[in-house]
Amino acid sequence: MTEPMIRVRGLHKSFGALEVLKGIDIDIHPGEVVVLFGRSGSGKSTFLRCVNFLEEPTTGSVEVAGVEVSAGPPTRQRKSAIRDLRIRCGMVFQQFNLFPHMTVIENVMEAPLRVKGESTADVRDRALALLVDVGLDDKADEHPIRLSGGQQQRVAIARALAMQPQVMLFDEPTSALDPELIHEVLAVMKRLAETHSTTMVVVTHEMGFAREVADRMCFFHEGIIFEQGTPAEMFAQAREPETQRFLDAVI
Amino acid sequence: MTNKADGEAVPQTRHGLAHSLEVASLRVPFRVKVALVWTVIAVLLAVAFTRSGFDVEWMIEKAPAIVKGAWVTVLFSVIAITGATLLALLGALGRVSRNPIAYGVSGFYTSFFRGTPLIVQLFLWYLALPQLAQGLLPQEYAQWFIWPAQVAGIVGIAFNYGAYMTEIFRSGIEAVPHGQSEAAEALGMSYRQRMRRVVLPQAARIVIPPTGNEFIAMIKDTALIGLLGTTLLWADPFRVAQLTGKADFRNLEALIVAALVYWGLTGIFSFFQRKLETRMSKGYVRTVPA
Repeated sequence: MTEPMIRVRGLHKSFGALEVLKGIDIDIHPGEVVVLFGRSGSGKSTFLRCVNFLEEPTTGSVEVAGVEVSAGPPTRQRKSAIRDLRIRCGMVFQQFNLFPHMTVIENVMEAPLRVKGESTADVRDRALALLVDVGLDDKADEHPIRLSGGQQQRVAIARALAMQPQVMLFDEPTSALDPELIHEVLAVMKRLAETHSTTMVVVTHEMGFAREVADRMCFFHEGIIFEQGTPAEMFAQAREPETQRFLDAVI
Repeated sequence: MTNKADGEAVPQTRHGLAHSLEVASLRVPFRVKVALVWTVIAVLLAVAFTRSGFDVEWMIEKAPAIVKGAWVTVLFSVIAITGATLLALLGALGRVSRNPIAYGVSGFYTSFFRGTPLIVQLFLWYLALPQLAQGLLPQEYAQWFIWPAQVAGIVGIAFNYGAYMTEIFRSGIEAVPHGQSEAAEALGMSYRQRMRRVVLPQAARIVIPPTGNEFIAMIKDTALIGLLGTTLLWADPFRVAQLTGKADFRNLEALIVAALVYWGLTGIFSFFQRKLETRMSKGYVRTVPA
């Protein structure tokens, strides 16, 4: 077996007295698509945000594509390691978070230009190719506000992919969308999964997507990974009654 | 007596002339009525001035010198707003910083300069700073801090307005949704890059209207610089009006001209401010594609 792409050890996260993550250990392999699901407050989003240190873990360590960072004070060295980790790790947010003062193509080009210092010509070609992939090359010069939610989220995916990350984190990417727009975003994610070039960790309630695309599903409950397995196992019969209750409620 | 709070209808008591006047009035547009009110105020003032022996000829003769001072006002204001913007930017970054030195210094700055009168600050720069410098520095360096009135005045106004604008800029930065900074962070952007490329451009749009207001207020406050005793070369309309008005005992005429100059200047810049606001809204207004 190859080295895992993501290795998480002993991850705890508390907000004040409230312990949201009570010890997460997981290995995710290159090209694997992992769906995290569970009730709100179960810690799945917090876990995802700890992977790229948007949330500082209380204790534990995260390794992504060979960059290991442990919980600790924000020293200069640690900050630079976190940046290295983030460059290997794209993220897509529930609220898209596109930069409203930039056009679509400027959104996609921003990080490769500023963070990686690549040349404008290279980045522009790649950005346009990505916009073609998500079906929005005709919107390249629009500002995000002129786009629908589904279109904005597809741009956000292109923006994250423009950094050529080895890992993509999706934090409820379709939860803020109108029902008829969910499909177009899931289609883009599904095509990305089928290339097996990117490791994907997806927090979602879209069980249809999980069944079709995921290699593994992790049920979060009260701050731990309560149960995990392949979609086939999960949907046939979950081992834990708690998991089964949740699945029965959402399907 | 009727009590409207009880929901009773107001009794119809208007008949005849009063009624037809009300109907006629309804046909006159609101803005026409407002223009009429302004005209009446202007006429009343004109009558009052004339009866007090307002010397129009003197005013016409001396007005050019006072109006010319507008250039001084604009020059002072532009330099001071530039300085104030830089100070406010630094101050605001300090206010949102977790660095105790940056936070502490910017906190002291806004507290002192917002907590003391502008006129006192102007005299501090003009008269008190040289004394401080003399006590601390060798003579040849201390001289650097003896400033002409206009320099002390511009510096004083820049620091004072910078302190108020620090709070405006801080709230502008804090008004940019946190998700913006997070998205930039997730893309690997450094603090500097996040601020410069993502947060500040969006904060700029938010702070333009209140900053425009500060600039308009500043145009008027530059008149205080004259109180430090600027020479005629650097005299703003108020200073010129004071000097000429006092000499001929024509204070009313002179000061009215000065007031009109400031009024005109603020009017012009209010116009430009509205233009700028429209331009800055690009990317935020969802216009229908042509």
